[in-house]
Amino acid sequence: MKLSGWGRYPQIEITPLKPAHTPAVQSMIAAQANSSLGLSGLVARGLGRSYGDSALANTLITTQYLDHFLAFDEETGILHCASGVSFAEILKVFVPKGWFLPVTPGTQFVTVGGAIASDVHGKNHHLDGSFSAHLINLKLMVASGEILECSATQHRELFLATCGGMGLTGIILEASFQMLAIESAYIQETTWKTHNLAETLVLFDEFQKTTYSVAWIDCLSTGKQLGRSLLMLGEHAKKEDLAEGLGEGLQTAKTGKLSIPIDMPNAVLNSHSVKAFNSLYYNKIRQKQTQRQVHYAPFFYPLDSLQNWNRLYGKNGFIQYQFVLPKSSGLEGLTKILSKIAESKRGSFLAVLKAFGKGNDNYLSFPVEGYTLALDFKIDSTLFTFLNELDSIVLDYSGRLYLTKDARMSEATFKQSYPLWEQFQKVRAQYGAEKRFNSLQSQRLGL
Amino acid sequence: MHKNILIIGATSAIAQATIRLYAEQNANLYLLGRNLEQLETIAADAKIRGANQAVFSALDVTEYETHESVLNEVFEKFITLDTILIAHGTLPDQAACEQSVAVTLQELNTNALSTISLLTLLANRLQTQQSGCIAVISSVAGDRGRQSNYVYGAAKGMVSIFLQGLRNRLMPYHVHVLDIKPGFVDTPMTAEFKKGPLWAQPEQIAKSIINAIGKRKNTLYTPVFWAGIMFIIRHVPEVIFKRLKL
Repeated sequence: MKLSGWGRYPQIEITPLKPAHTPAVQSMIAAQANSSLGLSGLVARGLGRSYGDSALANTLITTQYLDHFLAFDEETGILHCASGVSFAEILKVFVPKGWFLPVTPGTQFVTVGGAIASDVHGKNHHLDGSFSAHLINLKLMVASGEILECSATQHRELFLATCGGMGLTGIILEASFQMLAIESAYIQETTWKTHNLAETLVLFDEFQKTTYSVAWIDCLSTGKQLGRSLLMLGEHAKKEDLAEGLGEGLQTAKTGKLSIPIDMPNAVLNSHSVKAFNSLYYNKIRQKQTQRQVHYAPFFYPLDSLQNWNRLYGKNGFIQYQFVLPKSSGLEGLTKILSKIAESKRGSFLAVLKAFGKGNDNYLSFPVEGYTLALDFKIDSTLFTFLNELDSIVLDYSGRLYLTKDARMSEATFKQSYPLWEQFQKVRAQYGAEKRFNSLQSQRLGL
Repeated sequence: MHKNILIIGATSAIAQATIRLYAEQNANLYLLGRNLEQLETIAADAKIRGANQAVFSALDVTEYETHESVLNEVFEKFITLDTILIAHGTLPDQAACEQSVAVTLQELNTNALSTISLLTLLANRLQTQQSGCIAVISSVAGDRGRQSNYVYGAAKGMVSIFLQGLRNRLMPYHVHVLDIKPGFVDTPMTAEFKKGPLWAQPEQIAKSIINAIGKRKNTLYTPVFWAGIMFIIRHVPEVIFKRLKL
C-alpha cells in the first residue's frame, strides 16, 4: 500500500507490520536483524500524523493493536497505557471522569508513542513544557529485543534520547504519565485582535500566566499590518462558571463527519483564495476582545472535525514549515520571514504562532524559549528552493525546524541547529540502535 | 443491571473491539483465551473503560477435555449469562491443507469441532436458564465452497448449520442464537492480505454484532453489503461456479 506522513510527501509503497502483542514486536525486530533489509532501517509508526518522512522506512511496525489502557490511579491521575493508545481514545474515556491530557498538540489523532517520539508541545508550553515533562516513565524495546524502563532517573540518557528522538532509539511500548484534573470539558476562551506582529508578541508576554495561548496570523498582510493576528487564550472552565444547559459539563465531543473526499485540484488553493480566506477569518472578529465558553474539541482540535483536510493541498501534498526563533531575535526574525512569505504570495491557510517557555534536556526536542510559527505550503516545483531560503534566515537567527513537520531539511541545517545530535548518536550507538532503527528522515539527516 | 457476558477467543481483534463496547456499558465480562498475558492486558483495559468486572482464565479450545470444567467455573462466577460470544478461529493456509491430512484436520478441529463442543455444553446451560444469547462468529466463507479456502469454508459452514439446528431447538426456551458472518476484516489474522474497499475494521464489526444481538437477528452479514454479495455467490449455478477462479 502507498503510505506517507500527514503532508502526503514523500510517499512509499510498503505493507506495515502490525504486531498484536509485545512478543510479536520482539520477533519482528529479530527477523529484521537477520534479513537482507536489516541495515536499511526499521521504525515504529503510530497514526501517521507526523507530516514528513519520520515514520517511513523499509520496515514499519505500527502500534495499531498495542492500544490498551493498563492502569489508572484515580487518586493521583497517573495513567499507564500502551504506546498505540490515541489521545482521542484517552479523552473519550477520561474526560467524563474529570481528567485531561497534560499536553496536547493540535490534533487528537496521535498516539502516546508518537507524542513521546515527537515530544509534542501544546498551547500551554510556556507554563507546562512539552509532553515528556509529564512522563513518569516509559518502556522501550531496544535493538537486542530487551525491554528497558526509562525515566529521568533510570537509563536517563536513553530517556533523553527517546523523548523527541523520532523513534530512532527503539520501539516505545508503554508509558506512564500524569493527567490533569479538570472540572469541565469546556474552555473559557478570550480572543484578542491585534494590528501587527509587535502587538501580538507584547500580548503573549502580558498573558504569560494564562494556561493556553496561541495566535493565528494573517500571513498575507503586509506593511503596517504585517503579522496582524487573532490571539486566543484559554483556561479550563470551572464547574461553577459553566453556562446553563451544559449538564454535568464533562461530555466528550463527537468526531466530525465532514471529510474532504478527494484531492483538491491544484487551482483551488491559490494566492487569491488564501488571501480571501485570511481576510475573512481575521475580520470574523469585530471587537478588540471577545469571550466565549467553548468545548475543548473546537478549542484544541479545530481541524479534527474536517477529516482528511490534508487533501485540500492537492495530490502533490504539502509541507508544514514550523520553526522556532529564540526570544531575543523573535520580532526581527519573524518580521523578516513573514515579509518574505507575503512577498512570495505563498499564503498559508493557517499560520499559527506560539510563545514557547524554556526548553528541556532532551537531545532532539524542538522547543526552545522563543516563538514558533507553523505554516502550510502546497508543494510545487519552486517551493523547496523557497524553503531553503527561509532555512537560512532561521539559521541566521539561531532557530531550528520541528523534526515532526520536516520532510526536506538538509543534513547541514539539521546538524547546525540541533547541536546535541552527537550526544544523541552516542546513546543510539550504545544501545545498538544506529544501524537498526532508521527512518527516511534519519537517513536524510545523516543520523 | 450489569449484563453478564462471556467471550471465548477474547484476544481476537473482533472480540477485543466488542469487549470495549460492553465495557462502556459497564458489563461483567468473563474472558477466555489461550494467551494469559494478553488476557490480563485486555481485562485491565476493559476495567478502565468501565467494565464492572473483567475476569479471565486460560482456555485452549482444542483441548476438549477441559471445556466442561472451564465452563463450570464461568457459571460458578456469573450464575446466568446474558450473552456468549464465540470468536476464536484461525485462517488456514489452504495450500498447506491440500498437502497434509494432519493440517486439514487440525484446522477443522480449531474452527469447527471445538466450537461445536463448546456450543453443546453452553446450549444445555442456556436451555435450563431459559434466556440469553449465543452469538458465534462464522464467516461468509461458509456459504459456499471455493478453491481458495474451502477448508476454512467447510469448517465455518459446519458451524453455521449447527447453529441453525440449535436455534430451532432453543427457540421454545427463549434462547437467541446469532450466526455472525463477517466478510474481510482488517485484523492481525489477515495482516498478510492486500486490503481493498471491501475490507472492514474490527470496530465496525463489533458495533454491528452488538446491534444484531439487541435486535435478536438470526444471521448477520457484516458489513451489510456482504448479504448481497453472498446472495449472488450462493445462487450461481454449480455448472458455472465450478469453472470460476474464486
